[in-house]
Amino acid sequence: MSVVASALAMTHAGYVAAGWVIPLVVLGAYAVRTVRRGRSLANRVPPEDRRWS
Amino acid sequence: MSAHPASTSSSASRALGVLSLGGLALLLGYALVWSPADVVQGDAVRIMYVHVPTAIVAFAACGITSLASAMWLRKRSEGWWVLGGAAAEVGLVFTGLCLVTGSIWGRPTWGTYWDWDPRITSTTLLFVLLVGYLALRQVDNERGDAAQRGMRGAVVGLLLVPNVAIVHYSVDWWRSLHQPATITRLDPTIEGTMLFTLVLGIAVFSVVYVWLLLHRFRVGWLEERAGDRGIDQALIDRRAEAGVGSGGSQ
Amino acid sequence: MFHDAALVAGKDLRVELRSKVTLQQVAPFAVLMLILFGVALDPDRGVLRRASSGLFWVAVLFCALLAIQRAFTIESADGGRDALRLSGLDPAGIFLGKAAAIAVQLIGLEIVLAAGVIVMYGTEVTGWPLLAATCAAATVGLAAAGTLYGVLAAGLRVRETLLPILLLPVLSPVLIGATKAFEAALGGAPADGWPWCGLLVIFALLYVAAGTLAFGPLLEES
Repeated sequence: MSVVASALAMTHAGYVAAGWVIPLVVLGAYAVRTVRRGRSLANRVPPEDRRWS
Repeated sequence: MSAHPASTSSSASRALGVLSLGGLALLLGYALVWSPADVVQGDAVRIMYVHVPTAIVAFAACGITSLASAMWLRKRSEGWWVLGGAAAEVGLVFTGLCLVTGSIWGRPTWGTYWDWDPRITSTTLLFVLLVGYLALRQVDNERGDAAQRGMRGAVVGLLLVPNVAIVHYSVDWWRSLHQPATITRLDPTIEGTMLFTLVLGIAVFSVVYVWLLLHRFRVGWLEERAGDRGIDQALIDRRAEAGVGSGGSQ
Repeated sequence: MFHDAALVAGKDLRVELRSKVTLQQVAPFAVLMLILFGVALDPDRGVLRRASSGLFWVAVLFCALLAIQRAFTIESADGGRDALRLSGLDPAGIFLGKAAAIAVQLIGLEIVLAAGVIVMYGTEVTGWPLLAATCAAATVGLAAAGTLYGVLAAGLRVRETLLPILLLPVLSPVLIGATKAFEAALGGAPADGWPWCGLLVIFALLYVAAGTLAFGPLLEES
């Protein structure tokens, strides 16, 4: 194997990228979903039940 | 009073959110760029900086659920019930991510996506334990009693920590008989920038977990409130119908 | 407490003697599992014999699920659980009684499975003391944990699908420990197996304790 190819192989770039992109995307999507659920629920409930804002 | 739309945010959660985003940006810098590649694993070690934190958070979430269950058993207050479910659900997300990132790490280093390594096996069992706990919480028995549902959930939630401990210990012992001395998941003599990045990763993902937990807790709390109002409203509607039906006035 | 346990155990076992469900349905299911394993794995290459410890205990686990489901179905069928609660029996006693009845049925199933494994898989049996001790400890643990989670799932419409997913991860240490102990016994190295048997004893003690404590509050609220 050429030096370049073996150097590239050690970077495992695709795996590192997947290993970071997937968690960030999943956490982001979960966060968006939770916050949106929160907004729609908060609108159905009077302010005295929401003691945090 | 305020023009803010109703939501589950507060100044505390906003502060945590900003901290999370800033922390994640810093962590990405260190994990992907400023920390060196590993001598043995190459750049695959960079996945560890997200994998190890998700593992730690997943097991900590378990502990929070058990604690919340214990507190519910003592105080019987709704807040502890909601906390147990919220901690478990966010914990489930982190457990899933732990398994996925671990699998992705495994391919370039061990050559395989799955290995009966004790930690993968016990983390997978943790995943199923959490799924079962969350499923149980959703179920109402024939009479739909909240106290019964609370008791069932609390017992299973409380048993989560002992279960995880026994499973972890037995699986570890089971596999340690087979495990040849290969690359361990994380070199214990890790030091310098790599150690810093790892600790930073743990700190940042913990903050992310707390932020998510805060929002998820409030969502759960609102669901309980909305549920109660739903019942109250249904009672009002039912009485109104009955009043009209009997032809009398109230 | 023990007197109440004996009463409950006696009642459950009498119900079984009359209805013969374990005998006529669960035991055949056990044998069927062994046959299916044989069909799925190549019977000629010695895989079955080598894997017989693990296959035996997997079959026991699935039969245990059925036995536990059954133990609680007989209660809810005619308001039996309400009767139990109002009977004034000590809840810890009820727990121990139900668990004991399940354990007895499991031992019976294990004997059937053992015969099946010896005959169908050609397993050679050595290390009797370790095998017997393992069966005893594992069965107590299975029955105790199963009774505890069984009562949790008992009143629920989704119990058939929920109980396995709740209970099987909890029981995985029993599967690991019992299989390792059996392998050690059958492999002629019982000294390796006794520590695993110890793990099973600890598991059993933990769940007997947990069940005894939790059964009262759970029954009250259900």
